Parts: sequence; C-alpha cells; structure tokens
Amino acid sequence: MAESHSPLDVFKIDRLVHLCLGGSVDPESGRCASGLDASFTNSSLLMVIVLVGVTAFFLLGMQQRALVPSRWQSMAELSYEFIANMIRENVGPEARRYFPFIFTLFMFILFCNLLGLIPYSFTVTSHIIVTFAMAIVVFIGITIIGFVRHGAHFLKLFVPSGVPVFLLPLMVVIEVLSYLTRPISLSVRLFANMMAGHTMLQVFGGFVVSLGVLGGWAPLAFIVALTGLEFGIAFLQAYVFAILTCIYLNDAVNLHH
Amino acid sequence: MDVTAATALGKLVGAGLAVIALGGVGSGIGNIFANYVSGALRNPAAAPKVFGNVLLGFALVEAVALYALVIAMLLLFVF
Repeated sequence: MAESHSPLDVFKIDRLVHLCLGGSVDPESGRCASGLDASFTNSSLLMVIVLVGVTAFFLLGMQQRALVPSRWQSMAELSYEFIANMIRENVGPEARRYFPFIFTLFMFILFCNLLGLIPYSFTVTSHIIVTFAMAIVVFIGITIIGFVRHGAHFLKLFVPSGVPVFLLPLMVVIEVLSYLTRPISLSVRLFANMMAGHTMLQVFGGFVVSLGVLGGWAPLAFIVALTGLEFGIAFLQAYVFAILTCIYLNDAVNLHH
Repeated sequence: MDVTAATALGKLVGAGLAVIALGGVGSGIGNIFANYVSGALRNPAAAPKVFGNVLLGFALVEAVALYALVIAMLLLFVF
C-alpha cells in the first residue's frame, strides 16, 4: 500500500479512450504531447449514460400513453408538469418556447447529480468547468434574448425604479456587478454542493476504515444519513438551477425589476 | 520568518478566517425556516404553496456557505 488515497481522488478524470486531435499521446503521462485533448473520459462516459438514461426514462415511460398512467408514465408526466408549471409561474405563459431548454437543463443536472451517488461512479457536475459551461450558456443566452426582445431598452434592467437621482450612479454600478456575478454564483453553487457532498462522504469513509470494527459504526451511520441528504441535495440543486434560470429569464423577458 | 513559512502560516490562518462566514449562514437558514414555521402555524392552508420559495431561499443561503468553502479551498490549495 505505497500510494496514499486522498478524499479528493473521487474527482479524478481518467481518460478511457485517448484521442489527441492533430497531435500525439505522450506515452508516460497519458496526456497529449501536442494537439487538442479530446479524449473520452469517465466524465464523458457518465454524460453519455445520463443522456441514455433521460431518453430511456421518457421514451419508455410514455410508451403506453394510457389515459390512466402507469407508474413510469406518472413520473414522466410529473417531471414535465413540474417544469412547465415552474416556467408558467415565473416567466409567464408565453415563455413556452423556452421549456425544452430549461427542461433539458433540469433533467441533465438532476440525473448527473443522482448518478454520481452510485458507488464507484463519477459526478459530472462536481467539476467547475461543467457547471460553468452550463451557467455561461444560460447567462449569455438570456442576455441575448433580452437584447433581441427589448433592444437598448434592455439596459433599463440596471436602473431600479424609485431610486433618488443622486444614488443612481452607485445603484447602476451595483446592479451591473450583481448581474455579472450571476453565472459565477450559478455555477459555483452547484459545483460546491456536489464537491462538498462527495468530499464529506469520502472523509467519513476514511474514518470508518481508521476506526476499525469497534468504532467504525458511528461514522458509517453518519454516512448513511449523509447519503440520504445528498439525494435530497441532488434534487434541490437541480431545482434551484432551473428556477434561477427561470427568474433570470423573467428579468430579461419581462423587464419589471 | 522566510517567505514560504509565512505563506504556509497565512494560508492556514486565512482558511480559518473564511469559516467565520458560516455564522451568518446559520443565522440566515434559521431565519428562513423560523419564518416558514411561524407562517405555517398561522395559515396552514397556504404552507404548501410557499414551500417552493422556502427551498429556493435555503439553497441560496447555503450557496454562501459554499462560497466560503471554495475560498478556503482556494487559499489552502491554490496559493
């Protein structure tokens, strides 16, 4: 047992299929000596599994199309209605065109979070680059939607109503800064929740082993409770990402600040 | 004290100071749920309708705790 295991090993990226576009693989380190590293990693594998899982969940669940739904069909219809209601309440009925995007976002994050809880699996959303990619797409997309819909009038978002004139320069700066930190807060919230959850499970797992047979039951019971909490957090973080996207979309589409 | 020792000391102290933020977070989360429970006891019929907002508020406050964690990790492992 020469190598020491750190609790952060669970976030390690393993290249399953090495693929260096326009370059070659460095044989010792396994990384790309040159060219773009487009290897198929454990993260990519989990994303493919999430994709297959979500598609199967809806295709197989809705196969029967019974008027009185079976259990799987109920689950599929429940998740559809959940997001449809969320969009209708937060953005308005004419925002139905954004439903596919927000629904995909929610189901992808939910399944990524949940599949990461399987032992020996990998949590796709526990890497900041994945959550940041989603958050920056949401941010840039919503900004573009705002400008397309309202033109230059979109900048009225940063001028809150009912503010005395001498405070206005300060308020505009504060509003712009808080707008620009949206992708950061959106991505870091999901990433930190997933990373902290899995790191805690790993650390307490280490305690179970080090306390041995006599004392290991206490951290083990805590890990069981923590895993239950992590399931709840998986749902909650997917819900919060989706509902914040709806709220930001509402700010851009209906400019009532 | 040379630079590397001072940096190591600074990292540890900084990470410890970052955890002070959790006091405000605990107060915030308690605030949210205390108000929810107090409102639900007054008006039980309206309680399920507002529960979504409770979860959203909880997640937003929890995120601040995790920002503090990220800053602590940043101080310890990146600098």
